[in-house]
Amino acid sequence: MTPLSPSEDSLDTVPLDALHRAAGGRMVAFAGYAMPVQYAEGIIAEHRHCRARASLFDVSHMGQALLHGEAAAAALERLVPADLLGLPPGRQRYALLTNEVGGIIDDLMVARLDAGRLLLVLNASRKQVDLAHLAAGLPQTVQLEPLAARALLALQGPEAAAVLARLAPEVAALPFLGVATLSLAGAACFVSRSGYTGEDGFEISCPAERAEALARRLLAEPEVALAGLGARDSLRLEAGLCLYGQDIDELTTPVEAGLAWSIGKRRREAADFPGATVIRDQLAHGPTRRRVGLRLEGRAPARAGAEIVAADGTMAGAVTSGGFSPSLNASIAMGYVRRDLVQPGTNLMLRVRERLLPAAVHPLPFVPHRYSR
Amino acid sequence: MPELRFTKDHEWISLDDGIATIGITAHAQEALGDVVFVELPEAGRVLASGEACAVVESVKAASDIYAPLAGRVVETNPALVEDPALVNRAPQAEGWFFRLAPDDLAALAGLLDAADYAAFLETL
Repeated sequence: MTPLSPSEDSLDTVPLDALHRAAGGRMVAFAGYAMPVQYAEGIIAEHRHCRARASLFDVSHMGQALLHGEAAAAALERLVPADLLGLPPGRQRYALLTNEVGGIIDDLMVARLDAGRLLLVLNASRKQVDLAHLAAGLPQTVQLEPLAARALLALQGPEAAAVLARLAPEVAALPFLGVATLSLAGAACFVSRSGYTGEDGFEISCPAERAEALARRLLAEPEVALAGLGARDSLRLEAGLCLYGQDIDELTTPVEAGLAWSIGKRRREAADFPGATVIRDQLAHGPTRRRVGLRLEGRAPARAGAEIVAADGTMAGAVTSGGFSPSLNASIAMGYVRRDLVQPGTNLMLRVRERLLPAAVHPLPFVPHRYSR
Repeated sequence: MPELRFTKDHEWISLDDGIATIGITAHAQEALGDVVFVELPEAGRVLASGEACAVVESVKAASDIYAPLAGRVVETNPALVEDPALVNRAPQAEGWFFRLAPDDLAALAGLLDAADYAAFLETL
């Protein structure tokens, strides 16, 4: 994330742009959008607030699209290894767009709104690539409708459900990864019980013109505070969740990334998705490298790109995400290491500014998930 | 009364009795955000003017700190290593980084004074 320069006007703005600026948001360029990296309280305070109460994140830069048609789930299965035919109405599932060599084009959330519609939520940095890939890969019986005029808000934290239930009591009954079409503050919203923090919470897709009123309504609740992309990143790192472009990309496979759980059983057996040959081979024989958590002994952060060195001095891999964990008051990271080094407790060293910092493989997540089950 | 100077890298230098205390400015800590780690030079290290000699890591990024004057490090701030957030709370007081015995006290005159630094911030 780069602080905004005079070329700020070339960036897209989100529907809550004015609200962010009025709230003291520090705007940075992210995936072509001006987005708040933090507000006046700072990243650590925003992070802790989310773990303790409820935080409102604007993630309207993310891509949203609908797939229309009875055949949508079957058609999308040609592009992702997730079981989408088995996804009932009112449920959402994590999925990966894979390429022919088993790499990940993007990770996305797929919600079945009803028999004829799937709602997709795509990474901001990948939405153009994804939409082109989907348009090329879907049959004419399925219509792809990008939802450029919708905002996306995430309300996350242990008090999120109590807050949102004041606007729509139905959300209390929504299970983890449940999705519903609801009216919130007069806005027709798609609400899913999901998020990117490891906490209970919701992602709310709403019409852009209603986003500010809804955000103000939520912020009026005493539990709720704004949180920016900085806290979103430190929260997802503690939760062991991948960031596309750092922890996963077109050269990492779902098996290497520890995301093979998102491949449906029926899909594994049928091997009828892009990259199935590579992925099946890795499932059978184990990948040569795997994503792991790393906890450093000291406080010095090890960031993406830092080399990972084995105890015997040999090259072990590289850090893909790293930073300070406010919950653990420690330096944590994720990265890929050789298959012989993946066991929790394995001692490794991370090269930071020509120093070797001691670290150990740590189970993921670093902070237990607290999803509503 | 110590003599206070600044650099365009947003460091402050307070010269008192021939020893320069060095830290980063309120503007710098505001721009960095929450500081989570500080790496300071060893006492006794000899620094060239402009040499990268300390690192400050915020939640977002790592930044180098440059020696504003040539000289020898005589002391570092142990409280800052224990509690890096001191930089955010008291950047121009308890959040100092290190103390330096400058080779040439006259070099201080080449740095910005408070009015120059304030004018420089206006241009950013």
